[in-house]
Amino acid sequence: MRVSLFITCLNDQVFPQVGIAMVKTLRRLGVEVDFNPAQTCCGQPAFNTGYRKDARALAEHFIDVFQNERADFIVAPSGSCTAMVRNYYQELFHGATDKSRLRAIEGVRTRLREFSEFIVDELKVEDVGASFDGRVTYHDACHLLRELNISEGPRRLIRAVRGIDYVEMEAPDTCCGFGGTFSVKYAEISNAILEEKIARINRSGAQYVVANDSSCLMQIAGGLSRAGSPVKTMHLAELLAHA
Amino acid sequence: MTMTPNLTARSHAALEDPILQTALKNATGTFIEKRRVALVDTPDWETLRTRAREVKEHTINNLDYYLEQLASNVQKLGGKVYWARNDEDANRYVVELARSRNVESAVKAKSMATEEIELNHALEAAGVRPIETDLGEYIIQLAHEKPTHIIAPAIHKTRGQISDLFADKLAVERPNEVEEITAIARARLRNEFLTAGIGISGANFAIAETGTIVLVENEGNIRLTTQVPRIHVAVVGIEKVLPRFSDLAVFLQLLPRSGTGQKLTSYVSFLNGPRMDDGEHELHLILLDNGRTGILADEQMRESLYCIRCGACLNVCPVYQKIGGQAYGWIYPGPIGAIISPQLQGLQKARELPFASSLCGACRVACPVNINIPDLLLNLRAKVMEQQGGKFSERTAMHGFSLLGSRPRIFSAMGAIGRRVARMMGKNGKLRRINFPGLGSWLRYRDVAAPNESSFRAWWKEQDHNG
Repeated sequence: MRVSLFITCLNDQVFPQVGIAMVKTLRRLGVEVDFNPAQTCCGQPAFNTGYRKDARALAEHFIDVFQNERADFIVAPSGSCTAMVRNYYQELFHGATDKSRLRAIEGVRTRLREFSEFIVDELKVEDVGASFDGRVTYHDACHLLRELNISEGPRRLIRAVRGIDYVEMEAPDTCCGFGGTFSVKYAEISNAILEEKIARINRSGAQYVVANDSSCLMQIAGGLSRAGSPVKTMHLAELLAHA
Repeated sequence: MTMTPNLTARSHAALEDPILQTALKNATGTFIEKRRVALVDTPDWETLRTRAREVKEHTINNLDYYLEQLASNVQKLGGKVYWARNDEDANRYVVELARSRNVESAVKAKSMATEEIELNHALEAAGVRPIETDLGEYIIQLAHEKPTHIIAPAIHKTRGQISDLFADKLAVERPNEVEEITAIARARLRNEFLTAGIGISGANFAIAETGTIVLVENEGNIRLTTQVPRIHVAVVGIEKVLPRFSDLAVFLQLLPRSGTGQKLTSYVSFLNGPRMDDGEHELHLILLDNGRTGILADEQMRESLYCIRCGACLNVCPVYQKIGGQAYGWIYPGPIGAIISPQLQGLQKARELPFASSLCGACRVACPVNINIPDLLLNLRAKVMEQQGGKFSERTAMHGFSLLGSRPRIFSAMGAIGRRVARMMGKNGKLRRINFPGLGSWLRYRDVAAPNESSFRAWWKEQDHNG
C-alpha cells in the first residue's frame, strides 16, 4: 500500500508534529509514505469566506500537484480539509468546461481519505500497536462528523490503544466554535461557544482531549490554556504514534 | 423597535445578559431533548425527511401550477384570494378590508408572515387595534419586543419579568404563579375574541388540491382566532403550499416532532373556506411574495423555500444557543434566518448574518426537510464578496495567500518568517494577549502555543536525506 500525504497547510506550517506522527504510524502499519513538497493549501479558508476565485486558484494548484501522484490513496490528517476537496470541489468548479480538469478532480476526490478513515476502512486495522498511559476523551470535529460521517472509527482506534482510559464527554458532537474566519470575525461568539466545550471537557475528567483536526485543537487548546485547565490536546495521529 | 448598530454589538449585549443565557440554555436544551425522545419512536424518520424534501422540491419547482390550483380551490369554497407582491401591498389589503367592514380590533394567531410584513404597525396606524393571542406573542406585544424564537417567542422572559409586565400594563395585581399569569391572559383574550371584527392567522400548510388551510397549535387560540370573528384573513407565504392532502401524512409527522418534540400538537385545524356559507362569514387568503420569487429564481438558493418554520435548526445551532433570536436583527433568527433574511431584505441590509456561523452543520442534520443550510450560507458569502467585496485587509490576505499557494517555495519561506515572528512575540512558549496582525481578536480570547521552528516539509526533507 502506497499513500501520498496531503499534510494540510496548517499542519505543515504550524503543527509539524502531527504530520510526523502520521508518518510514523502509517510506516508502522507497513504503508509506504510519500510527500510531494509542491503542495500548499486546499483553498478552504478562501472558499469558506466567500473568495471563490482565490479558492479556485488554490484548488487548481492542489489538483495539479495530486493528480499525478503514484499512490493508492491520498491521506490527510484533517476531516475539514478532506471534506473541502471531497464535498466542495465539484461546487467550486461548477460550470467548468475543461473536461480533463474535471476528470483530474474526480481522480483526486475518490482517492482522498481522512487519516482515521484510511486506517479503519482501507487498512481494516483498529489496533495500530500504540500504547498510552492516560485518561482520554474524544471531540467530534464538525466536518469530520457531519460532512464525512466519521465518528465510530476514531473511537475504535482510541479504545484499542493499550493502557488507555477512554471516557466520553457530554455532547462530544457539539462545535468548539472555531469555524475558520468566523473565529476572527465573531471572536466573542466563537469564544462563548468554546467556553461550553471547555466546561464539558473539564467535567469529563479526562487528562487529554483528542480530535482529528488541528484547527479545532488549536481553538480548544487556546481555551484550555486561558481557563488554566491542566487538560492537554492531542491529535489522533500523535496518540496513535505513541508506542 | 430600535436595534443596536451591528451584529457584534447585539451579540455582545446578548452574551452579557445572564437571564437570557440561562433562558437560552434551558429552552434549547429542552427542545433538543424532547425532539430526541420523539424521534426514538419514529423509526422511519429518515424516510420521512427524504420524502418531505422530494415533495418540497417538486412543489417549489412547479410553484406557479400549485398556487393557481390552491387559489382556484379556495375561491370555489367561497374564499377570496389576494396576491400580495410585498409587505406594503399585503398590509394595504388588510387595512382596507378592516376599514370597509368598520373593524375596531383584530385578534391575531401566531404568524411569522405577519411579523415579517409588520402588519401590527400598519393596523395600528390605521386605527385598528391588533391583539396577539398566542401567550408568548401576547407577552412580546405587551413588552413591545421582537420574538426570540420562531416557535417560542418569549423564552427570554422570566416568570418574574412577566408578572411585573402584567401588573404594569394590564392594571392587575401582580400574579405570582404561572397559572395566575395564564388565567389573566385567558380572561383578557376571551373578551377580545368575542369583540374582534377580524381574526388574522398565517398557515403552516395550504393544500392545493383541496384549498385547505392547515394550522397547528397548542393553545386553542388559533382555532378561536379563525372561527369566532366574522372575517378570517390568512397571510401565507407562497412557499407554504403543498400539492395533496395526503402530503400532510408526511409533514404533520415532521413539523411537531421537529418543533416542540410532540407527536401531534393539541390542535390541528383544517379550514375549508369561510366558516359558514351564509354571506356573513368571509375568508381572505393573502398569498405573500415579498421577495420569495427572487429566491425561487435563484437556482443556487431555491431550497431556502423548503423551510417549514419548525425552529429545529435554532435549537441545535451553537451560535443561536449563545446569542438568541433578537441579536439576529430581524424576525427570522438562527441558521434559517441567516439564510432567508439576507435574501428577503437584500444582501446589503444583512451582509453580516451569513458569516456569523461556524459552519458546524448541526442545522443541516436537524432540518426535517434536509435543507443544506451550510451550503446556502457559503453561497451567500460568495455572493456578498462578489457583489460588495470584503474588507481591504481580508481581501488582500486571501488574495496574497492564494498567490503564495501556487508558489510552494515562497509559501514555505513566508511560513518560516511567520513562525519566527510568532516565536519572538511569544512568552514561555505561548502567544498570550498580544496583538498579532490580523489575529488580534482571536488572541483576545485564546492563547496559542508558539509554533515549532521547523515545518513538516523541512522535517521531511531532512529525514529523506538521512533515511
